[in-house]
Formats: sequence, C-alpha cells, structure tokens
Amino acid sequence: MALALQTFATVKDAGAALKAAGARYLGGGTLVVRAANEGDVSISGFIRSTEPALSIIRISGGEVRIGASVTMAAVARHPDLATLAHAARAVGGPAIRNMASVGGNLFAPTPYGDFTVALLALDATVSTDDGELPIETFLAKRESNHAIVTAVGFTLPKEGGFRFLKVSRVKPKGISVLSIATVLEHAPDGTVSSARIALGCMADRPIRARAAEKALIGRELTSEGIAPALAVARDGTSPRTDPIASAWYRNEVLPVHLGRLLLA
Amino acid sequence: MAKVPVQFTLNGAEKAEFIDSGTTLLHALRDKIGDTSPKGGCHQGTCGACSVIIDGELRLSCLTLAETCNGATIATTTGLAEGGVLHPLQCAFLDAFATQCGFCTPGMIMAAKVLLDQTPNPSREDVVEALSGNICRCTGYEPIIQAVLSAARSNSQNAA
Ligand SMILES: Cc1cc2nc3c(=O)[nH]c(=O)nc-3n(C[C@H](O)[C@H](O)[C@H](O)COP(=O)(O)OP(=O)(O)OC[C@H]3O[C@@H](n4cnc5c(N)ncnc54)[C@H](O)[C@@H]3O)c2cc1C
Ligand code: FES
Ligand code: FES
Repeated sequence: MALALQTFATVKDAGAALKAAGARYLGGGTLVVRAANEGDVSISGFIRSTEPALSIIRISGGEVRIGASVTMAAVARHPDLATLAHAARAVGGPAIRNMASVGGNLFAPTPYGDFTVALLALDATVSTDDGELPIETFLAKRESNHAIVTAVGFTLPKEGGFRFLKVSRVKPKGISVLSIATVLEHAPDGTVSSARIALGCMADRPIRARAAEKALIGRELTSEGIAPALAVARDGTSPRTDPIASAWYRNEVLPVHLGRLLLA
Repeated sequence: MAKVPVQFTLNGAEKAEFIDSGTTLLHALRDKIGDTSPKGGCHQGTCGACSVIIDGELRLSCLTLAETCNGATIATTTGLAEGGVLHPLQCAFLDAFATQCGFCTPGMIMAAKVLLDQTPNPSREDVVEALSGNICRCTGYEPIIQAVLSAARSNSQNAA
C-alpha cells in the first residue's frame, strides 16, 4: 500500500509534521522510498518541504552553503564547486545523482555516504531547523536527530587542498569498498601544517582518522614522510563485512589507498 | 486512503489522474495511465529499467513519488516513435542486436537519449558512464554501447 506524502511550503510546518510516529522526511527518496518499496513497516508516511532555500547553492567569499535538497548532479555541475565535483560524481549512476540529495547523504548508512565523507573532511557545519552542529557531532547522533537538515556549510579549501578517492570494484559506478577525503594545508617549507582525513566504510558511518592526521603534521608528502600516518591509519576503525568487501579486506587496503591519495 | 490529484505532461500529452498519495511514478504510469514502457525490475533503484526523463533529467520512476511530478514534463520510450517511424536510437538498438529479452531496453534508451540530447557526439567512455545505472542481463552491454554510438553517428550525419 502506498504511504501518504505530505508536502509543506515551509520547513517549520514540515518539522512539526515530522514529529508524528513513523513519519520520515523525503529527500530524493533513493533510500527512503527504496525502504518503503521493500516493505519497511517502520515508515508510516513521508513528509517534505518545498521551501526554495533548500534547493539553493550559495557561495560568497569562499564560504559555501548547499541547501539540503540540492542533488549530487547539481553539485557536480556547479562551476564554483569543481573541487567537489569528483566526490559528488562518486554517488551512484546518473539517475541516482539527479535524485540523491546532500541532506539524504548525511543519513546514508555504510557502504553509502560518499559525499558525506567529503563534507566530514571539509569540517562542514550541518544546519537544521533546530540549530547548527559540527558535522562530526551531527553524524554521531544522526539516528536520534528528528530535525530537518536545511543546509551544509563549509569553507572552500585552497586550490589543490582537497583530495577524494572512492574505491569500488565495479567501474564506473560501484558501491564503495571504502572512500577517503583529505583536506591538507602546508607550511612554507612544504611540510603538512594541518590535516583532516575522513574515511567512508571504515565504520558504520564516516569517521575521522585522527591518529593519521596527527602523524602527518610536520611531515612531507613523501613515502617516508607519510609512513607514520599510514602505520596508524586503522586506529579507531571498525569496518563492516558486507557483500562488497570483508572487514579484514577493508582494513588491509586502507593504508594502501590512503598512501596513494596522499602521494597523488 | 484519500486520493490526490496529479497532473503532468507525458510524451507531449496532458495527463491528470487521481492516485493514492505516495504512489510511485512507475506505478502511476503503468497501472493508472497505461504507459507500460518503464519496467519494474527491482523497485530498488538498482536496475534502471524504470528510467524516465523528467524535465530533461534521467530519473528512476520506481523511487519517485508521482505527486512530486505535478506540473512536470515526462518522457518515456512510448513517446519516441513519431507517426510509426522509430526514433534513431530505437533503430540502432534493433540493428545492433542491442535488445534481446527487451526488459532493460526502455530504460537503456531513455538513459541514452538524455546523453545524446546533451552530448551529441559522445565518446565510448561517455556512453559507458551514461548507462552505468542500467543493468542488462542478456546482451553483455557491448551491443548496447555500439548502438548508442551508432545512433550518435547517424544523428550527426543527418545534421550535416
Ligand atoms: C542504486 C543506488 C546506488 C547508490 N549509490 C550510492 C553511492 O555510490 N554513494 C552514496 O553515497 N550513496 C549511494 N546511494 C545511496 C543514496 O542514493 C545517497 O546516499 C543519497 O544521497 C541519499 O539521498 P536522498 O535524498 O535520496 O535520501 P532519501 O532517501 O530521501 O532519505 C534518506 C534518509 O535521510 C532522511 N533525510 C533526507 N533528507 C533529509 C533532510 N533534509 N532532513 C532530515 N532528514 C533527511 C530521510 O528521512 C531518510 O531517512 C545509492 C542508492 C541507490 C538506490
Ligand atoms: S525498477 Fe527502478 S531501478 Fe529497478
Ligand atoms: S535485453 Fe534482456 S535485460 Fe537487456
């Protein structure tokens, strides 16, 4: 049986309706309609808001704000977000990218959430109808979050400062074995002065590789320079075994791919 | 359950229906409107057999709720032939033996149509990328890729 959809002009009204038991927010629907089609009985109906701000990308003075309903395709084709196009294109095939929203990706369970890995490395802020949260805090509590995400915001990294890699077995569109995003800054002598490394598929949601980040500071991006970071890349990871890869395999290949990304 | 109205343009014709709220576009097209060209393969977003073009963009009708398409312009494979003359993509699929059981074909053709509308002279990589969300269990893909490239070539020859 079809589950009723309620559409609201404002996020505020949609937020009030979302308090009903079993009500689920509808983004692009690639996960939530899929779950309903599969017979997920925890869903009692869909709520969405058509507030225009949800679909807008705003960039000024290097600060980016992407509305929660903006699709991966819209991010990928935005001329001022070329740095992120690769990460947005990593999500699904063309039809999925025309539907998959930035807001929905924040809730996508492993092995999905590739774009969120990029947002985590960018240290984005998640805006909801209930206030703003750093993305790491948001991700830690996302199941208990019943607010509507309205946008994500971040500072555009310096030219060449952002790197992203998705490893999948099926090309060009495959589900992640793992994904990695890094945002690095360098001191005048070329050594790393700040590092953020985010990992996808290395836990039940995207996580930061804190030990590897710390081990990169003051180091050069050479094989010897990054060796200590690679040695601790698995600290704090708890990958899952799924049909794409075993937990063992993910742990084995993580340092290899992180190394390639850092030396690229 | 209360019925809700939906209204959109399908292959150039105005359509208005009352549907159960939350009905997928695939269900509305096939079972209410009678356009059975989009196929329900997986209802999971995985196979691409239900692909349609909504306002110029490829979408999966199995994961799209029909009500979200109010006012939209939708194209399916049903609308491609004009006056009994097949679309160049349809001809190319037949000529290249790119359709066997035919279940994936309407989705493949819509994905290919969006590609050729935006990129009239695609590379092989462009074609592979454009079809990457569509699964075919019969052909092994190569004849489909060749059909799309051949349709692009015949389009550009006709335009020249
Ligand atoms: C075939 C296929 C391939 C895929 N491949 C990939 C892939 O390669 N990489 C990847 O990362 N993902 C992939 N996905 C998963 C999914 O498409 C993406 O993660 C997408 O970004 C989810 O967004 P959505 O708008 O479709 O979410 P929805 O399905 O609309 O929602 C997902 C969840 O988030 C909640 N939600 C959505 N928006 C909001 C909001 N604004 N506020 C509060 N809650 C919200 C919903 O209630 C729901 O619980 C794939 C899915 C399919 C079907
Ligand atoms: S039926 Fe929609 S993708 Fe398979
Ligand atoms: S022709 Fe049979 S699935 Fe493609």
